[in-house]
Order: sequence, then C-alpha cells, then structure tokens
Amino acid sequence: MAIKIPKPPLPGVRRKPQPPGTDQQDGRPPVKEQAREATAQIVGWVDERSSASSFLRGFLFRKVPKGTNWFYTLGSATMFAFLSQAVTGIFLAMYYDPSATRAYDSIQHINNDVWLGSFVRGMHHWGASVMIVLVFLHMGRTFFFGAYKYPRELNWVVGVVLLVLTLAMGLTGYLLPFDQRSFWATVVAVNINGTGPFIGPYLADFLRGGPEFGATTISRFYALHMLLIPLLIAALIGIHIYLVTKLGTTAPPWLKAKLPEPTEREQV
Amino acid sequence: MPGYFEGETVTRRRLFTGGAMAAGGIATAAIVLPAIGFAVGPVFEQEDVVWRDAGAVSDFSPDNYTPRTITLTAGVGEAGKTTAYIRKTNPQLPGEKPGGFVAISTRCAHLGCPVRWVVPAERFVCPCHGGVYDFQGKVVGGPPPRPLDRFATRVRNGQVQLGPRYSVNSQLKRFSPRDPGEHVDGLWQYLYPKRFTTPSPQ
Repeated sequence: MAIKIPKPPLPGVRRKPQPPGTDQQDGRPPVKEQAREATAQIVGWVDERSSASSFLRGFLFRKVPKGTNWFYTLGSATMFAFLSQAVTGIFLAMYYDPSATRAYDSIQHINNDVWLGSFVRGMHHWGASVMIVLVFLHMGRTFFFGAYKYPRELNWVVGVVLLVLTLAMGLTGYLLPFDQRSFWATVVAVNINGTGPFIGPYLADFLRGGPEFGATTISRFYALHMLLIPLLIAALIGIHIYLVTKLGTTAPPWLKAKLPEPTEREQV
Repeated sequence: MPGYFEGETVTRRRLFTGGAMAAGGIATAAIVLPAIGFAVGPVFEQEDVVWRDAGAVSDFSPDNYTPRTITLTAGVGEAGKTTAYIRKTNPQLPGEKPGGFVAISTRCAHLGCPVRWVVPAERFVCPCHGGVYDFQGKVVGGPPPRPLDRFATRVRNGQVQLGPRYSVNSQLKRFSPRDPGEHVDGLWQYLYPKRFTTPSPQ
C-alpha cells in the first residue's frame, strides 16, 4: 500500500516563468520576485547539504491515529514549560549570586530593582509549579490511555526518569531564594534523604558537602539545578521525542481497532 | 580459523579495535574519575574539632536552661549559626553527676527544624512536625526517633566551651553524631552507619 505523505509548505526552488511585460527596465525580474527567489535559494542551499526537509517532513508531518485530541498536547506543554524555565533561568543567573551571604539580597535585587525582574522571576517561580503539574497530567494521560504498553515501555521508563529529574529540579531550586522557608525546607529535605538505610547518611553529607549546612551547600545545589539536571533533562527529552516519532502515538482507548473488511467474491 | 594468519591468536582488526576502546576508556576515566572524586570528596573529609566559648560558668544553673547562639559554620552568615540550651548537670535527674554541663542542640531529632525551650510547659517543642522533648531532651511526644543531640562541653579559664555535637539514645548513652531522623536504639541503629565527616565522640 502506497503511503501518501502530504507535501510540507516549504518553498521550492523552481522559478515561475515571468508573464510578458512585467520585467523591469533593465530586463531583470521585479524586486519582490528577486527577494523571493533569493530566500528560496538560501533554503535550497541548506536543504541540499543537510537533507533537512526530508527529516522535517517525517518529523513534523507524521500520521496520527484517529481520535487524537487535546490530551495529546500535554507532553508538548510540559516540554514548553521546561523551555520557559530554561530561558528564564538563564537570565535569572545573570543577576543571581549563589552564596550563603548574598543569595537572599540578590533575589531581592532581582525582584525590586531589576527592570522586569519580578516578572521574569515570577515566570520561573510559577512556571516550576506549572511544569510539575503538567508532568503529572501527561503521565496520567499516558497511563489512562494505556500508552505505556508494548512497544512504548522504554518511553515510559525514560518518562519516569524525567519525572524524578523534574522533582530533583524542584528540590534543588527551592533552596536558591535562601529565605527562611527555603532554608528550613531544604534542611528537612536533606534530612529525609539522610534517613535512607545504609547510604542515607552519606547521601546527606554529599548533598550538604559536609556534616553541616555550609558555604558549599548552596553552590552545590545551584550547580545541580542549573547545569547537571537540566542537561540530563534536555538529553532525555531528546530520546523521549525520538521514540515518540519512531513509534507513533496510540489511539484513545475508546476507539476500537478497525479490521479490514473481508473481501467478497464478485458475483457475476 | 578464518581471518587469521598462520599461528595468530588475535587478528589485526581485533587488536586495533580493542586498543582503540582501551585508549578511549582510559582517556574518559582520566577526566570523569577526578571530577566525580572532586564532587564526592566532602563525604570523606573529617571536620575539625572546634571549641567555642559559650559563657562563664556562673551564667548557668542546674534548674533552668540558658540559650546561647554559637557559630557552627563560619562564613555563611546566619545560616551557620545555631542555638544551644545550656545548664549545669543536676544530680537529682537520672544518670547525671554534679559538676558537669549539659548543652542541648536545638536541631530537632526528627528532621532538623529548630526546637525551642517553652518555659511554662518545661518542654522542648519543634515548630515543624510537633516533636516534644522533656527537660533532659528525651522524647515525650511526636515523631522524633531519639532524644535531642548534645554538644560536648568543657571548662577553660572559667568559660564553658562547646565542642562537637553527639547523639544520645533513649538511655542518654553517647553515640557518634547522627543526622536527624536516624534511630540509635535497638536494631534500627545498624541501618545508619557512622559517617566519615564527623569527629568521633571522646
């Protein structure tokens, strides 16, 4: 069976013949036409060397099952929440100072003095909660639609690792404002880690960077929060999306699979 | 064997593949292992024993606590400070001999919130999850798994000095310093091995 793939709305490299009498005085095509031609030339040059259009056609114009609905957008929504956190986080890092004595003041500076500071920090603050909510909604959708079943088990496993990493982002980010609430919440969280049998005490020492909360604790959390965990999340999102593209999405469970109708012998 | 010359035990291709893998592995390990060691190092580094002045001997009574703020970690401002409740030992209480000092750490033995000595109730009370301790720091209510930790004490030049923290079990027997939430009684104590970072109790 031949699969008909719709053509993407990418500009082609062919040139339309000029209607007679529309040329400029010097015999060249009009400026509008030249500009369009130049854009097509550049896109064509890149495409010829990268085969990007064939990749994008497969990636963006893949078939989705009948019954695909708004619940299927929760994964993308989670990813865009992550991207929003990444962008606002990078810009917050320009003003933030991860030291025990100056962290709180630098957050106050961002909130009160920097132009749009409270807005960007608010995006990061509330976006964190939004991302956690979206992760769980996305996981619930996958669970209740049975989208974790064969052959998508590996993608479920990757998703669970992403969930844990997202919660780790929440934990490490919570300390950074360094007010009373974030300090004591982190003390409690580190001590909960410490109650794990056998390795707990060493895990707590690792998180604090020593037996007591010290100067290295906040910089440790900062490095985990803005470098290590986001890089892992970005890499795993790549794998997650690759697998979705490779395997396709599932139809909602209320749609029955349509079997091909039995062929009947033509009556003569 | 096909692909092998006479008397050969390994082909050129296998040798070079193995060699390239080994070289790559060594190069990766040379970068990754020191980096991991750098991050994990503090787990194995023992803290120095520091004695901090907490006030003159005459400041403390055997019947009530006197709070003193001490700096546990220098250079991190308020975050490095903690409060200790100090009194003289009281021979009327079980297990206490005269002439010593008791310095109770305010770090709750449940999950580390700061407890407060409430004078009318004669109890240490934790604001986070409702841990309650009696005059000696023994648990009388709430979730804490063991009594409040204490600081080692000594007297130098008429000054009471506080040393490293140590934990006690429900009979007030000394244990190596534990993090909050870790049991030191019965079989539970074996779930939580001694850490490398804390000095041994004297």
